[in-house]
Amino acid sequence: MAEKILLKNVGIPGSERLETYRSRGGYRALEKALRELKPSEVTDAVKKSGLRGRGGAGFPTGLKWSFVPKDVPGPRYLCCNADEGEPGTFKDRVILENDPHMLLEGIAISCFALSVVEAFIYIRGEFALGAERLERAVAEAEEAGLLGPNVLGSDFGLKVHVHRGAGSYICGEETALLESLEGKRGLPRLKPPFPASVGLYGRPTVINNVETLSCVPSIVQNGPEWFASIGTKGNTGPKLFAVSGHVERPGVYELPLGVTLRELLFEYAGGIRGGRGLKAVMPGGSSTPVITAEQADVKMDFDSLAAVGSALGSGAVIVMDDATCMVEVALGLTKFYRHESCGQCTPCREGLGWMVRLLEGIEFGRGSTADIDLLLEIASGISGKTLCPMGDAAVIPAQSTIARFRDEYESHVRTGGCPFKSAAGKVE
Amino acid sequence: MAQGTQRKFSPEAQKEVDKILFSYGVKESAVLPVLHVAQREFGCLDRAAVELVASTLGLSPTRVAQTASFYTMFSPAPLGKHVIQVCTNVSCSLLGSEGIVRYLEKRLGVERGHTRPDGLVTLSTVECLGSCGTAPVMAVNDRYFENLTTEKVESILRELGL
Repeated sequence: MAEKILLKNVGIPGSERLETYRSRGGYRALEKALRELKPSEVTDAVKKSGLRGRGGAGFPTGLKWSFVPKDVPGPRYLCCNADEGEPGTFKDRVILENDPHMLLEGIAISCFALSVVEAFIYIRGEFALGAERLERAVAEAEEAGLLGPNVLGSDFGLKVHVHRGAGSYICGEETALLESLEGKRGLPRLKPPFPASVGLYGRPTVINNVETLSCVPSIVQNGPEWFASIGTKGNTGPKLFAVSGHVERPGVYELPLGVTLRELLFEYAGGIRGGRGLKAVMPGGSSTPVITAEQADVKMDFDSLAAVGSALGSGAVIVMDDATCMVEVALGLTKFYRHESCGQCTPCREGLGWMVRLLEGIEFGRGSTADIDLLLEIASGISGKTLCPMGDAAVIPAQSTIARFRDEYESHVRTGGCPFKSAAGKVE
Repeated sequence: MAQGTQRKFSPEAQKEVDKILFSYGVKESAVLPVLHVAQREFGCLDRAAVELVASTLGLSPTRVAQTASFYTMFSPAPLGKHVIQVCTNVSCSLLGSEGIVRYLEKRLGVERGHTRPDGLVTLSTVECLGSCGTAPVMAVNDRYFENLTTEKVESILRELGL
């Protein structure tokens, strides 16, 4: 297996404690940044490393940072998005619970680069253990002079807040996250203006994912060229892949971007459970289009997955064996998105309920061929027609399973019910 | 304010609230943190609890209620002593979460989405808990229980005295 960078401390007893982290070389990158580098040099290093956001969109991190206006007086903020809620995703939790200091070091270096003196970690409410460990890590770091005023004796000071969410998927969307941080309902904002210029409290704000920020210390420590040598061209660095579903060994695997799906599933995750066949994979969480077993040789990176009509998303690989009913999967996920719709935009609020009713009809034997086409029509009436990207995401399970497995929908219609009777049985 | 419902935080909770108020420069940002304290303290965010949070923060009760009602972790009505939440999202459902929910319904004598009349347990289904590598998973109050089987569920219930 490749050298571990993000998971190098996971599994070591007391990995969440400051003394363990420091004994493994932790906070040396922060020291290097503060003593040897100018803020702009840190940003340049991140740009040169090719680091792309690990939260789902894959946007170049250094470029995102450079959108923050330099000449605006007054405060600016950094928000770490730890609202990990995309179904299938459980990678950030590993860092939050096992290596909170790596994240804090990444945040501190990033804030130094961005001239930010106050940062917020927005962690999903259900991650009680992660929040507890983060809070303790912040206290330890403040005590040791690694956070707080005059970090490591320098002029740079930083206050980090650990802010718990309260159970809302949409708050992972960056502008909804800001609304939530301001104590409001998590309703996404109309963009532009983008948070880089008008963000938290109306101030310039950078929002980065946990895994993204956790890459920063090693970029500063080992240099951008080293980071860029990992992975493939334009898709650099290590990536956490969260593999779940029908595999023998589900879990979080750290591998270079560009590893093939086949290698990930069969060499690392132990292959398909019970010796069954592979049917389909959502390669980057529930809002990435499903791909089929024939595409198993695709490289797991942003560009290669886009080329086969899907996306790397958060790197959450949801694996389905040949006994899985795709209509049932689409129904479950569409119900999820209906539940999580903030209700602000009519197409998402009303359309998803309609799609759920049609999918239920097909799954439970009351559907028609016309319903399949109607599903696609409604989906195109939602996608791209909402304030935030959730509208696009929400229709992907139905849209992509119809695109790849239309015959399965047809056979539900023809036989008047679901041809896959799972062990648990199916009831409405 | 409804008569006789004026609430107060316990001294420990008040200390926590003071710490939150001190830490946030913008008081609106303290809404969620203080609501979390109130939810834990009173078991729910009924009208009196919302009013207490509002007056603590110097905000209108409507403003606070509007926020509280958006988030699923805040409950307007009291929940059972043990709140059991089973994830039924994609990775858990692929590995049999529906069977786990049905086992719990039968074993506890309460349907999903309900609290047992004795107030001991609330059973609900929940969206992705971010524990898909150890599916199926459920949370009991703040604690995660992973890689569930009906046998494992049974021993957890016994441990809880249910």
